[in-house]
Amino acid sequence: MKFERYGIGIAKGLALTLKHLFRAPITVQYPDEKLNVSRRTRGNELVWFPDKCTGCGTCTKACLQGNIILVTHRGEENKFIVDKFELDSGRCIFCGLCVESCPYNALAMGVDYECAKYRRGDAVLGKEKLSLSEKHKPSAYYRPQFAAELPEQSLLLYNRKEGGQKLSIFPLSKRKRGPHA
Amino acid sequence: MPIKTESFYLNVGPQHPSTHGVFRLRLSLDGEVVTDVEPIVGYLHRGIEKLAETRTYTQIIPLTDRLDYLASMTDNVAYCVAVEKLAGIKVPERAEYIRIIFSELMRISSHMMAVGFYLNDCGAFFTPVLYMWREREKIIDLFDMVCGQRLLYNYMRVGGVSQDLPDEFMPALKKFVDEMPRYIGEYNQLIKQNEIFLARSKGVGILPRETAINIGASGPVLRASGVKWDLRKMDPYSLYDRFDFDICTGEVGDCYDRYWVRMQEMTQSLRIIEQAMKQMPDKGPVCADVPQFFRPPAGEAYGYIEAPKGNLGFYIVSDGSIAPYRLHIFPPTLINITALRDMVIGWKVADLIIIFGSMDVVLGEIDR
Ligand code: SF4
Ligand code: SF4
Repeated sequence: MKFERYGIGIAKGLALTLKHLFRAPITVQYPDEKLNVSRRTRGNELVWFPDKCTGCGTCTKACLQGNIILVTHRGEENKFIVDKFELDSGRCIFCGLCVESCPYNALAMGVDYECAKYRRGDAVLGKEKLSLSEKHKPSAYYRPQFAAELPEQSLLLYNRKEGGQKLSIFPLSKRKRGPHA
Repeated sequence: MPIKTESFYLNVGPQHPSTHGVFRLRLSLDGEVVTDVEPIVGYLHRGIEKLAETRTYTQIIPLTDRLDYLASMTDNVAYCVAVEKLAGIKVPERAEYIRIIFSELMRISSHMMAVGFYLNDCGAFFTPVLYMWREREKIIDLFDMVCGQRLLYNYMRVGGVSQDLPDEFMPALKKFVDEMPRYIGEYNQLIKQNEIFLARSKGVGILPRETAINIGASGPVLRASGVKWDLRKMDPYSLYDRFDFDICTGEVGDCYDRYWVRMQEMTQSLRIIEQAMKQMPDKGPVCADVPQFFRPPAGEAYGYIEAPKGNLGFYIVSDGSIAPYRLHIFPPTLINITALRDMVIGWKVADLIIIFGSMDVVLGEIDR
């Protein structure tokens, strides 16, 4: 291929990269700085509300993985009493169909995302682990009532002044040493 | 004694960085020149068509996410369009506009990945990709805001979409649409006139117009060969007949044209989004009244849309039960790579890599 003058296009491209050298970085130093996830995030470890659950079993039917194990018996006034509610988060694909189908708002997606486990057995969540706790919060996916409690999502689209992603201009100098460092 | 020469066989893949997934090419080489090529697919086969036969119609939507994992949203749409055709469900107007906005955002994001990795194969190692990833990240943030996940969206439902847009979505989308032309200009400044890039891609891997039509190629690969064909214009599904946009075509069908068609389509997608934002009704239902376990009448339907990579179709046969009797997926990239052999013979190995890169192949869709 013949060009009239060589190097103009390359110089133009390099001028752009040079310009970017003087811009603030848009990345964050992950384990030390964290961004807020979306309010509707379908995070790991679902949240189950034992007082609201009637044991109807709609969620077990809606799950495409056959992932929710529900065992009930009839109590007084012929109501279901939930003996076992178990969810294997290792097999869950976090699609949210179970949350969507629950007619009594008894199930919600979680907001957590750092849920690696050492054993497969630990990933199976029983009644206690699925219940609401300090570390175990529901997200607003299909449950808009929880939206107000969650922090606003940090968007890369907005810069720091507009309340977007936190930019670290001198990330390394200000960095707090975490347990991983 | 006469010297006997034999052609040399070389395997590229299945684990090779420039096959964009687990894809294997069996090459016959004469020196450095490719004399024959045999694509071998199937390493990522997960049996999605078979799995779908044991799932209800709603439960298949998360499976379609796993087809073209760089453009899950359009896979969702294509499947839902097919089921709606089968069951005769009418989608509310607002839901149609949401679908169009998300399909076009997905197209921009998918084209960015395609162009970025194509430039990567050309030797611009990861600089252009990271520029494009920055804007792709903004699109993914928007998706995350609405449907809660960044890659496997599971957002479309039969009869509409799963949830309405949150309040903060529209201002963010407006900011994105306003900013994006500047960034497209940046990508063009970065690489479009680069002499090395032009020398590597102009006139390389030509797919002639006739061959492209004969094999049934679609999407940017077909349009780069000069065929003005886009399902959004030719057979407007959804509400695409209400929008004003151009079909971008290339001239000769070489690698450069395929790159340039994609770059232009990003601008056209932005135009569609802008018009959709203006026309979209502010309120209204976002999903038709379809129960989660519904039974469509017995029959068959073929639903198709213009996905970022081409004409994506779902063929569904129903026997009136809760799950489809048969689901067949018609992926655009599988059809497009059948042209690979014609395109690469006579080129060198280094050109093979960029010809393959310019096809924008996603293996999740080919192997299903
Ligand atoms: S999120 Fe999806 S896979 Fe997980 S338990 Fe619910 S329905 Fe099943
Ligand atoms: S659908 Fe809701 S109420 Fe019914 S069993 Fe599941 S969690 Fe409980």
